[in-house]
Parts: sequence; C-alpha cells; structure tokens
Amino acid sequence: MIKSILEIILLLGGLFFFSVGTIGILRFPDVMTRIHSGAKCDTLGLALSLSALALHNGFNFVSVKLMLVIVFVWISNPTIAHLIAKAANKK
Amino acid sequence: MEYRIKIFIIALSINILLCMIRAVIGPSKLDRLVAINIIGTKTIVLIASVAFIIHETFFIDVVLVYALISFLSSIFVCNPD
Repeated sequence: MIKSILEIILLLGGLFFFSVGTIGILRFPDVMTRIHSGAKCDTLGLALSLSALALHNGFNFVSVKLMLVIVFVWISNPTIAHLIAKAANKK
Repeated sequence: MEYRIKIFIIALSINILLCMIRAVIGPSKLDRLVAINIIGTKTIVLIASVAFIIHETFFIDVVLVYALISFLSSIFVCNPD
C-alpha cells in the first residue's frame, strides 16, 4: 500500500519535471536558457521516473541496471550541456 | 498495477511531441541539439517503461546501449574539431 503511494508520488514528480523542462524549452528566448531548462529534464525527471520503475520492480538485477543508467546519465548529460554551452559561447 | 505506467507513457509521449516542435522550428543548430538531447533522455524513460508493460527484462540492456549511443552522438555533433 505504502509502496504504491510512494511509486505514484515518484512518477508524478518525474512527470512534473519533464513537463517543466518541455515548457521551458518551448517558451525561453535564448540558447543558454534552453540549456538551463533542459538540464532539469535530464537530472531530476529521469532519476525520479527510473526510481519509480525500480521501486515497482523490487530489489533485483534489473533495478541495479536501472540505477546504473541513472548514474551514467548523471555523468554524461552535464558534459553534453557544458559542451553545447561552450559551442554557443564561441559562436 | 500497470495502468499508472500506461498513463505515464501517454503523458511522456505528449511531452516528446511538444519537444519535437522546438527541434523542428529551432532558429539555430544548437537549439535543435538541445531539443534532440532531451528527446533522447525521454526515450530512455519510455523504453524502460515499455519493458515493464510487456514484461521483457532485456529491454533494460537496450536502455543502457541507447544511453551510450545518445551520449556519443551528442559529443561528436557539438565538438567542432
């Protein structure tokens, strides 16, 4: 029961951050602000959504793989945001 | 138990379609790159959710490989040298 409630809260939180990032991508006026809005999508939206899926699965080898995906995306996506910002600054 | 994941998939697909608008009408190349990067992130969550809908656990390996390929493609596109 409390697992279902926690899973719904995590799914709604991930969906909230994805929606906020999408609205920011559509509404912000510049490249830098769009990068700033997209980083919200990359970090908290993906982490909350995949945590909800891992909680739905239970402790398993699949959950370990999902946590590995979260760690890899948390390392890789700030790198991509940094490179895009450097290319936008150089231009 | 699975209907909430189905509703989550539908809402995430609407988000991907709204991001696709910015990827089409973006004024410069970097706007399109940011939008495509976010579409890749949402596709990771979408494939992981579909794996729990159809009860196939090897889709999680597909998620890992997709994250690697998305990272490499974005690195190579935005590096000018």
